[in-house]
Amino acid sequence: MSDKIIQITEMNKWFGDFQVLKNINLEVEKNKKIVVCGPSGSGKSTLIRCINRLEEHQEGSIIVDGNELTADTKDIEKIRAEVGMVFQQFNLFPHLSILDNCTLAPIWVKKMPKKDAEDLAIQHLEKVQIADQAHKYPGQLSGGQQQRCAIARALCMEPKIMLFDEPTSALDPEMIKEVLDAMVNLAKAGMTMIVVTHEMGFAKEVADEVIFMDEGMIVEKAETKEFFANPKSDRTKLFLSQIL
Amino acid sequence: MNKLNFLQPDKNNLNTYLYTGTILVALSIFIVFLNSFFNKDLISFLPGTLSFFLPLILGFIGLHLIRIEYSGLKFLDSINKHINTNNFNAFLSLLIVFVVIKSLPPLLSWFILDANIAGDSKDVCTGTGACWTYIKIWFNRFMYGMYPNAEQWRINLSFIALAFLGTIGFFATEKFKKYLTLYYVVIYPVIAFFFIFFFISGGPIFFDFSYGIIAAVISIIIGFFIPSKFKMYYFIIVPITLYILLKYVFFYEELIELGKLEALEWVETGAWGGLSLTFIVSFFCLIFCFPIGLFLSLGRRSDFPIIKYFSIGMIEFWRGVPLITVLFMSSVMFPMFLPEDMFIDKLVRVIIAISLFEAAYVAEVIRGGLQALPRGQYDAAKSLGMGYWKMHILVILPQALKLVIPGIANTFLALVKDTPLIFVVGLLEIVGMLNLAKTNPEWLGFAMEGYVFASVLFFIICYAMSKYSYNLEQKYKTER
Repeated sequence: MSDKIIQITEMNKWFGDFQVLKNINLEVEKNKKIVVCGPSGSGKSTLIRCINRLEEHQEGSIIVDGNELTADTKDIEKIRAEVGMVFQQFNLFPHLSILDNCTLAPIWVKKMPKKDAEDLAIQHLEKVQIADQAHKYPGQLSGGQQQRCAIARALCMEPKIMLFDEPTSALDPEMIKEVLDAMVNLAKAGMTMIVVTHEMGFAKEVADEVIFMDEGMIVEKAETKEFFANPKSDRTKLFLSQIL
Repeated sequence: MNKLNFLQPDKNNLNTYLYTGTILVALSIFIVFLNSFFNKDLISFLPGTLSFFLPLILGFIGLHLIRIEYSGLKFLDSINKHINTNNFNAFLSLLIVFVVIKSLPPLLSWFILDANIAGDSKDVCTGTGACWTYIKIWFNRFMYGMYPNAEQWRINLSFIALAFLGTIGFFATEKFKKYLTLYYVVIYPVIAFFFIFFFISGGPIFFDFSYGIIAAVISIIIGFFIPSKFKMYYFIIVPITLYILLKYVFFYEELIELGKLEALEWVETGAWGGLSLTFIVSFFCLIFCFPIGLFLSLGRRSDFPIIKYFSIGMIEFWRGVPLITVLFMSSVMFPMFLPEDMFIDKLVRVIIAISLFEAAYVAEVIRGGLQALPRGQYDAAKSLGMGYWKMHILVILPQALKLVIPGIANTFLALVKDTPLIFVVGLLEIVGMLNLAKTNPEWLGFAMEGYVFASVLFFIICYAMSKYSYNLEQKYKTER
């Protein structure tokens, strides 16, 4: 099927002797929003880092937008350019202003003229409501603002898929909402999203599917309503009872 | 009036304590001052040991009396906070003041009061002070070494031109700003090399310099009409081709004729010397060792085993051998490995040797900076689709290099101060010239003046560099 933008089959990954991901099968259709949850150490982050090959998998296959990720994928940069990623620690470039953070990759990777890149950046910064901070440096912004900037930076590459790796875990409770709002808006605009998060409210609001992982395996995968209403496995029930 | 307690001065009798204390401190300083400047000992009637320590004791008691917290007097509070926080600090402060007062008269007399600068032979130096005449007479040699006097304008002109070209970056317009790095990293060193190697050397080789300039000018003019996509290759290939064409095709026959033309006088590198040689050696070593060190540091973290182990080998080798043996090897052993008819200039060999040597240190300093960066920076750059080089040039190195500015400055300062070592291969930069001059039979016995002079020069150079590095740090401080 052509609208399956991500296809993961029988994927296994080891860190040394330790198997972090076991027999992962996952298909994501275009414009779907997937939330991945689970206890810490369950391999959620590793899974989405495999999707843009920040981590290498050892067995099985990952196909992103028709390209299989293997050790000899020559144009891995091209695939990464199509997959935006937002990190727990923001990972903004501290030596560049907010605007330059957003324009750096479009100018140098996509060879966009500087003027166009800046217009695009301002446009995306406005969407996450920090266009007025464009000329400050990351160190001068609050955590929530930095994370929204990170979202804008990823969007400036006009990716087909957005990956979020616990985007709100390093934030103060007050700032979580502003970041989640930005993500909700993005979801409403129709972006394909895979979000690792513990924010169940967010999952209920935007997710099409929820995946529950434990010990490197996908324990449960269900439609959002179904997931929260009738979780099947005991492990999921336990997790939900603790987190809700 | 409150009761006076001299062991614990407090605010209540502020003035009493203040006056007593100030008088005691002033008295102690006055005694030392008289003793030092006028050789009068006010307290000689006391037994020897006591008269020696009396100023210290008086000052110490005085400082103790004025140590009153929150007195309300700004000046007093500031003194108490900075030099008089407790008994030990008061003691150290007094000691420093006394040492300064004591050492001023002899220093002043040696440097200025009893020194000589007039005249032009050593006979005028009759005083007990320094003989600056010696520096004056030898100044030219200290600056230019054995370089012929009539040709010294070439060194001056080169340095002025290079200084001018170096500052051009400050006046660059917005449009050319993005080429500045390229200019400083690639073009400027090449120009500098041309200038120093061809212009200061002179001789037939000077015509190569002219061809180089002609080739560069022509290719820059044509370069304006080349689509920007090919510019990179264009500027690498065309100037070199033009240069070769000029040299071997167009002017080949004239070259033989040119021997008759009046070229610049050939000055072999062995005759270069003095401070200008210090500058030349440090300058080239600085600009060469930095990129080499940068690549070695990246190579050491590379995933390719060949590059990685080559880099480790290079770094460990050059760090493991003393500079002096490297210099010896470059001048004595290295030519043995070359084919008979091949000859590389001694100065060039020395510059290469020092550059490689310092590059190993620079590499390790930069590696420290690379390791200080969080992994997230690499992840973020990769996730935006940047490849290895883009990631390093745009994201990693700007941050890492900023972190290691103090370390790099350290290495560079050490490099500048290591240059006198090139005397072991017979190149005499300023310290070498000093050693030569002090053994001149007409000017025996002025080694001191020479070394003081060299120290002052080195201090000025190094202090300027260290200030500049500090400015750079401040300029690129963006976070937190």
